[in-house]
Amino acid sequence: MSDLSYKVIVGLEIHVQLATRTKMFCGCALSFGEEANSRVCPVCLGMPGSLPVMNKQAVEYAMLAALALHCEVASFTKWDRKSYYYPDLPKNYQISQYDLPLGSGGYIEIPLEGGRTKRIRLIRAHLEEDAGKNLHTAGSFSQVDLNRAGTPLLEIVTEPDMNSAAEVRALAVELQRIVRYLGVSEADMQKGHMRFEPNINLLIERAGLQFRTPIVEVKNLNSFRALERSVAYETQRQLDVFLETGITMQMGNKSTRGWNDADETTVLQREKEEAHDYRYFPDPDLVPVTTTPEWLDEIRSRLCELPVARQMRYVGEYGLSDYDAGVLTAERATAEFFEQTVVAGADPKRVCNLLTQAGLKLANERGCDMSALGIAPAAVANLAQMADAGTVSATAASTILQAMTETGKAPELLAEEMNLVQTSDAGELERIVDQVLAENVQAVEDVVSGGKKSKKARGFLLGQVIQKTKGQANPKVVSEILDRKLS
Amino acid sequence: MQQQIDADQVRKVAKLGRLELTDAEVEAFTEQLGAILAYVEKMNELDTTDVEPLAHCLPISNVFRDDVVGPSLGTDNALANAPQRDGSFFKVPKILDDSSGA
Repeated sequence: MSDLSYKVIVGLEIHVQLATRTKMFCGCALSFGEEANSRVCPVCLGMPGSLPVMNKQAVEYAMLAALALHCEVASFTKWDRKSYYYPDLPKNYQISQYDLPLGSGGYIEIPLEGGRTKRIRLIRAHLEEDAGKNLHTAGSFSQVDLNRAGTPLLEIVTEPDMNSAAEVRALAVELQRIVRYLGVSEADMQKGHMRFEPNINLLIERAGLQFRTPIVEVKNLNSFRALERSVAYETQRQLDVFLETGITMQMGNKSTRGWNDADETTVLQREKEEAHDYRYFPDPDLVPVTTTPEWLDEIRSRLCELPVARQMRYVGEYGLSDYDAGVLTAERATAEFFEQTVVAGADPKRVCNLLTQAGLKLANERGCDMSALGIAPAAVANLAQMADAGTVSATAASTILQAMTETGKAPELLAEEMNLVQTSDAGELERIVDQVLAENVQAVEDVVSGGKKSKKARGFLLGQVIQKTKGQANPKVVSEILDRKLS
Repeated sequence: MQQQIDADQVRKVAKLGRLELTDAEVEAFTEQLGAILAYVEKMNELDTTDVEPLAHCLPISNVFRDDVVGPSLGTDNALANAPQRDGSFFKVPKILDDSSGA
């Protein structure tokens, strides 16, 4: 068994909730946490005689996402009914897109270790409506809330191009960054805005022969953690089952499993034999969508540089670390703020430190993004220049940044008011250094004699000077003067 | 004429549509649906080589509404016709094999 090797093969289906105000085919407000069944109308309840009308914003968001994912956007697309019976589906069919999806092909670049990327190909991206919610907490019956029914979803299906749990997670995180950048989805995991269904199997090589394990689809994962863990769990489980039974992939032995969050295992779900007979057919209640080149151009003009490209550029152009570049590009607002500050004449690394060490923390505390902190990039650029020039220390710069968000005052003014201006005036500092040297003869001797105590004594003298200036001396300048005087 | 549909297919379609049919109904519908399919089959006599598939019978597309919130029914109206309710929820028989969600 020592010559056995294997790799996991994963494709993903992802549902992304679009950030429209209203549902896909009716004017009910999208809601989260509202009273059950309060945001419903005859259309999303599937009442006889009601007619759906497309939400233009949802179609445009889907077009924008499809373009950003490098899909080919269909010039002609239509709506189909996917029929099945379930309590959360009031019409007994879901309006979806079957043979003519809005987007086909395309890819997502995911970042790997060491600044490399991997291209994950997409099969399709189409629009559909969400179902309602079933709740099973209430004993001998189930409860149904249809507030979510009719919510616009973008379903994205990838090729089986991922080969580890980490890659699957990276794809999910990257997609979240992309849809947030574009503003087409809040992609809030806690609110179920992104749901994942990985298809997983193994390619095993043993004694020169190849085996494929039966494909397992894990349903409705709604966190990155659950997604990653489920792939890792399935990898081990499928390997164990193969070693025990030798069962390989055949027609009809694909199975569906659910994720048990508590004990982090997957559990076989029984499905009725005919469950997948969805009897798709074109929805006669909805007319098709044609996308003209002019319309597509207009949507294309709303595209922006995508996060992974931006991250790579920050590493290459600004010399930032992979980690810092990732932090700065995680949210579009942060990245744009960073770039505007750099354009205003600040050093990228200095701005990066200011934002990652102070700005983002403040934004996080206040539950807003960088652009909503009430500070202008030009003012932050000034602050960064002050720190570069040694007018204020790096620590003081962070303090001033916070005060800027609270008072709206200019950094120069705040530095004065808060007594944070460093003295770099060599003449004045030299006088203070002379005074300190005169008062600490023993320490001066220790330094000059160059013995064991030299380093410590020098640090002491430096500290005395800083103390005498109430922390306002620029340590770098003081150090230079000390070096000169004590050599 | 070739048999268009058999009794088993009628039973399967009825099951997918959650319809309960008696044996007599299965027999009757097999014959009726067979006749309908045979009638539609006539269209295969036409040469459709250069005819585009039709997705919709109306020659229009792109009928949109703006993303503007309109009135909803509210919980009590929404549940007014429900056979059973439980607080703000529709009450249904216990769902065992849950695969909810789109």
